[in-house]
Amino acid sequence: MMKPASVWRVLAQRYRHEAAQCTSCDKILFPPRRVCPHCRGTAFRKVRLCDRGRIITYTIQHVSAPAFADQTPFAVGIIETDDGVRLMAQIVDFPPEKLRTGERVRLAFRRIQADGDSGVIAYGHKAVPE
Amino acid sequence: MREVAVLGVGMVRFGELWDRSLRDLFTEAALAAIADAGVDHVDSLYVGCMSSGLFNGQEHLGVLMADSLGVSSIPATRVESACASGGVAVRQGFMEVAAGFSEIVLVGGVEKMTDLSTPEATYALSAAADQEWEAFHGVTFPGLYALIARAHMERYGTTRRQLAAVAVKNHANGAKNPHAQFRRPISIEAVLNSQMVADPLRVLDCSPISDGAAAAVLGSVELARKLGRHPVVKVTGSGQATDTMALHDRRNITELAAVASAGQRAYAMAGRRPGEIDFAEVHDCFTIAEICIIEALGFVEQGRGGPATEAGETALQGRIPINPSGGLKAKGHPVGATGVAQLHEAVLQLRGKAGERQVPNARIGLIQNMGGSGGSCVVHILETE
Repeated sequence: MMKPASVWRVLAQRYRHEAAQCTSCDKILFPPRRVCPHCRGTAFRKVRLCDRGRIITYTIQHVSAPAFADQTPFAVGIIETDDGVRLMAQIVDFPPEKLRTGERVRLAFRRIQADGDSGVIAYGHKAVPE
Repeated sequence: MREVAVLGVGMVRFGELWDRSLRDLFTEAALAAIADAGVDHVDSLYVGCMSSGLFNGQEHLGVLMADSLGVSSIPATRVESACASGGVAVRQGFMEVAAGFSEIVLVGGVEKMTDLSTPEATYALSAAADQEWEAFHGVTFPGLYALIARAHMERYGTTRRQLAAVAVKNHANGAKNPHAQFRRPISIEAVLNSQMVADPLRVLDCSPISDGAAAAVLGSVELARKLGRHPVVKVTGSGQATDTMALHDRRNITELAAVASAGQRAYAMAGRRPGEIDFAEVHDCFTIAEICIIEALGFVEQGRGGPATEAGETALQGRIPINPSGGLKAKGHPVGATGVAQLHEAVLQLRGKAGERQVPNARIGLIQNMGGSGGSCVVHILETE
């Protein structure tokens, strides 16, 4: 399902949190885009995404696609980083009573999914307690 | 621009239809719509389908359906906008007739989902989300709508019981619809005690996995009058809009901006206000979706969708009946067919032929179909002459 090239293309984002800052409006985009959705600028400088932020909303998934079946139930939610970027992330290492909207998190490098026993293993960010 | 009418409608009863294939379903609905219209040919066809590639390993549906219908020289086009595919097919047909390119256009929608297991179907549906930045992290569609639900509950005080009230109301309506997959009422307690899917959404908050098809024949109002078979139902407004692909890219995830924009465009074209609409068929893929949609379409104030539903304002006998057909929840949700099935229901209501679930004196109806977590939306307004 995961082709090696499709994993390789986004390594800079998944492994190093490479983001783009629009040179016209200074907004930070993650992942980088060809066109800034805020001002339609097309020139960017490379920046590193801030790895601290807070939970905007979350859910606990009890049913998943096959690739995540061995992880259910798991928490996943929208995180807003301190530089204003919003992204999707699994939320892990939280005791249930601490899992709340507004809670502070840090983005940690984790294994996300694997393509069977011998296929590609994909890594990326998960949100952990700050 | 020519005025456009719905000449005929047809659909198969939604459900787990093991004995029928993708082409069987579409053809059965199309033949029913053509017979209902009383026309002897169609000039062109559109088929809305989200993911026959993943569900059935079959693409090139325009040809497949034209061939199956025995009309294989006409232009035939497959339209895809995730779960809004059917509604967008309706709009394509509407524009083709309005523009004068064709006299009679068949618009249909189909999805054959039960050939896959539930986890496989969940994966196929998740392809309507951003694969690299949403689905990659394991979030599914119930998960995305659960994120909206929690945000709506925390922001407006929407309660778990109010979400359940949407499913209870739609099942009560679906019980009266011979085309519905689930023809039985359910209780609030049944919803609240059903299996958890993505907290706070439970299985009875979710529309089912279904097989099905629906079709309609569109033509000029002049032709509808000449045929004289049914009360004339006109398409007076059509609006379509988009929002960000990923839910997390929206600053306000409790408001469905594409629904509001598509609604405003359809209202403006028809010259109507929300208060003039007699009933609406909306895209209740999850209970929270119906609450957000009735707010975005202006039927209730922002944040009041939950209390209004609980108070019965959207029930069949309420101030603004929502989903008299039973909605996606009870009627079933073969994703590509849904937008066209909404048109089917609106036409029956406007003809006064909706039987036990008839909205009294229905003259103006609205149908709203959306894709993904609200990334695409299409709205039509229909009126009797």
